[in-house]
Amino acid sequence: MTTPILEVEDLTIRYRGAPQPAVQGASFTLGRERLGIVGESGSGKSTVGRALMRLLPTAEIGAARMQFGRTDLLTASERQMRALRGNRMSMILQDPKFSLNPIRRCGEQIAEACLAHERMSKRAAKDRALAMLEAVQIRDPQLVYDRYPHQVSGGMGQRIMIAMMLLAGPELVIADEPTSALDVTVRLEVLKILDGLVREKGIGLIMISHDLNLVRNFCDRVLIMYAGRVVETLDAAELDNARHPYTRGLLAAQPRIGGSRDPLPVLERRPEWTRPMEGTA
Amino acid sequence: MTTPLAIENLSMRFGAVTVLPDVSFEVAPGECFGLVGESGSGKSTILLCVSMLLSGWEGRIAIGGRAVRDMSLMERCRSLQMVFQDPYGSLHPRQSVRAALSEPVRIHRLGDVDARLEQVMTDVGLPVSFLDRYPHQLSGGQRQRVAIARALILEPSILLLDEPTSALDVSVQAEILNLLQRLRAEKGFTCLMVSHDLAVVDYMCDRFAVMQHGEITEILPRSAILPNAATHPYARQLIDASIAYENAM
Repeated sequence: MTTPILEVEDLTIRYRGAPQPAVQGASFTLGRERLGIVGESGSGKSTVGRALMRLLPTAEIGAARMQFGRTDLLTASERQMRALRGNRMSMILQDPKFSLNPIRRCGEQIAEACLAHERMSKRAAKDRALAMLEAVQIRDPQLVYDRYPHQVSGGMGQRIMIAMMLLAGPELVIADEPTSALDVTVRLEVLKILDGLVREKGIGLIMISHDLNLVRNFCDRVLIMYAGRVVETLDAAELDNARHPYTRGLLAAQPRIGGSRDPLPVLERRPEWTRPMEGTA
Repeated sequence: MTTPLAIENLSMRFGAVTVLPDVSFEVAPGECFGLVGESGSGKSTILLCVSMLLSGWEGRIAIGGRAVRDMSLMERCRSLQMVFQDPYGSLHPRQSVRAALSEPVRIHRLGDVDARLEQVMTDVGLPVSFLDRYPHQLSGGQRQRVAIARALILEPSILLLDEPTSALDVSVQAEILNLLQRLRAEKGFTCLMVSHDLAVVDYMCDRFAVMQHGEITEILPRSAILPNAATHPYARQLIDASIAYENAM
C-alpha cells in the first residue's frame, strides 16, 4: 500500500449524555483507495465519517491516533479544521435536496465554493464551476449553472454536489450514502462518475453505506461495523468469503434477482459480537 | 371467482399536471402484483387512488367486482388496507399498540377485542406483552410489524404495500418479507406492492408493471427479470440497471 492518507487507531466516540459510546475501538488506515464502511442503521458508520471531519460538536472523540496527512485531527484547532474541510477533505451527503441551498442557483453555489478556497476573480470561479460541471458529465453546463436546485433531478443534484466537493482537489472524500436517495437507473451513472474522478485524481474515498452490493462493486476494501465496533475488515472481492457470522448474515438476508423464494435467512444477533474480535484479518 | 382488483382507464390530474393519463390492469386472486418505476412515475398515486385516499380520479376501480366508489367507508376499510413506507411516520406516537390495534375492531364492532389482538400479534410474530408499548419503544422492524398487524386485523381481501421495506435495514427487510410471504400463504389476501427494488419484487411478486411518466410501459412476469425479456426500452433499461447494480462488475 502507498503511504496512508488517513490513519485511525482505537477511535471511540461518545455522544454527550449517552450511556454507551456510539463507536468503540475502531482502527483503520486509508491509502489512495476506496474503503467501504457498511453496517445497519445505528451501527456508528456515519458517526465515524462525521468524526473524521470533526463535525460532532456534542460528542467526545478519543483515539490513540487520528492522523490525516501531516495533521493530527485530534488536536487540530477549529481554525485548522476549517482550512481542511472542503479543501483537503470533503463530504458528500445522502440527499442533494437537503444539501444544496434552495434559493441560490446551482452554479453560483459551486463558484462560491471556489472563492471560499482560493483567491480568484468571479469570472475565473465561474469558469472553474462550468468546467467542474462538465467533468461530472453534465451535457449543458451553462444551462444547469443557471438552474435552481428544485429545477434539477436528484441524479443531477448529486452530480452537482460531487462537482462542488471535488472542486478543490481534496485528498480524502467521505461519501455518506451518496446514492440511496436516487433511482436505480441513475444510481449507477452517479457512482460511475464519482468512481472515475476518484481514480483519476488518486483521491482516497470512504464510502459509507448500508448497501452491500454497492460496496462490493465500488470499493477495494470493506469495514463491517456492528453496534459501534468494526467486526471485520476484508477485500471487497472477498466479501463472499466473509468469516464473521454478522457479515455472512447480512449477505444472506439480501434477496437476489433470480434467487430462491424460500424464506430469507434471518440474522440471529449474538451478544459476543459487541466484544472485540481476536485474531481475524 | 371474481377478479379481486381491477383497474380500468384510471386517470388522475393534480391541477394542470396529469399524473396518471390512463392506467388499466387486473390482479389475479392471491397474487402479489408489483409496481416499479422511477420516483415520480405515479406508482404510489395508484395506491392512493385504489384506497380512495385520493378521490379526484376518473375511471373505474373494482374490488371483487364492486366499484370502490360505491362502497361505504366501512365496507372499503374491510376490503382493503394499506401499509406505508415509513413505520416511524405511520403509527401515532401517543397511541399504544393496543390502542392502535383495538380502534378498528371497535369501530367495526367485531367483538372479542382481546382475543383478536392476541391473535394478530402472534400472527405478525410479536410478543403479546408488546401491546402496552408505545411506538418509540419499538424498533423500526417491530413498528412495521405493528403496521402490518393493524392492516390485517380487519381481514381485508386486498393489501396495498407502499415500499414496505425500503426504510429498513437488509436484515430487518428479510424478516418483514418473510412475514408478508407467510401471511399471504396463510390468509390468502391479494397484494399490490410498490417497490423500487427489483430483487424485492422478484422475491415477492408474481407479475409486475414497469411505470414511467404515469403510464404502464409493460406488464411482465417475474420470470422475465433475469433474462431481461422486456421489450419496452425503459423497462429494459431498468432491469439492466438493477441486474448490473446487483452483480459485481
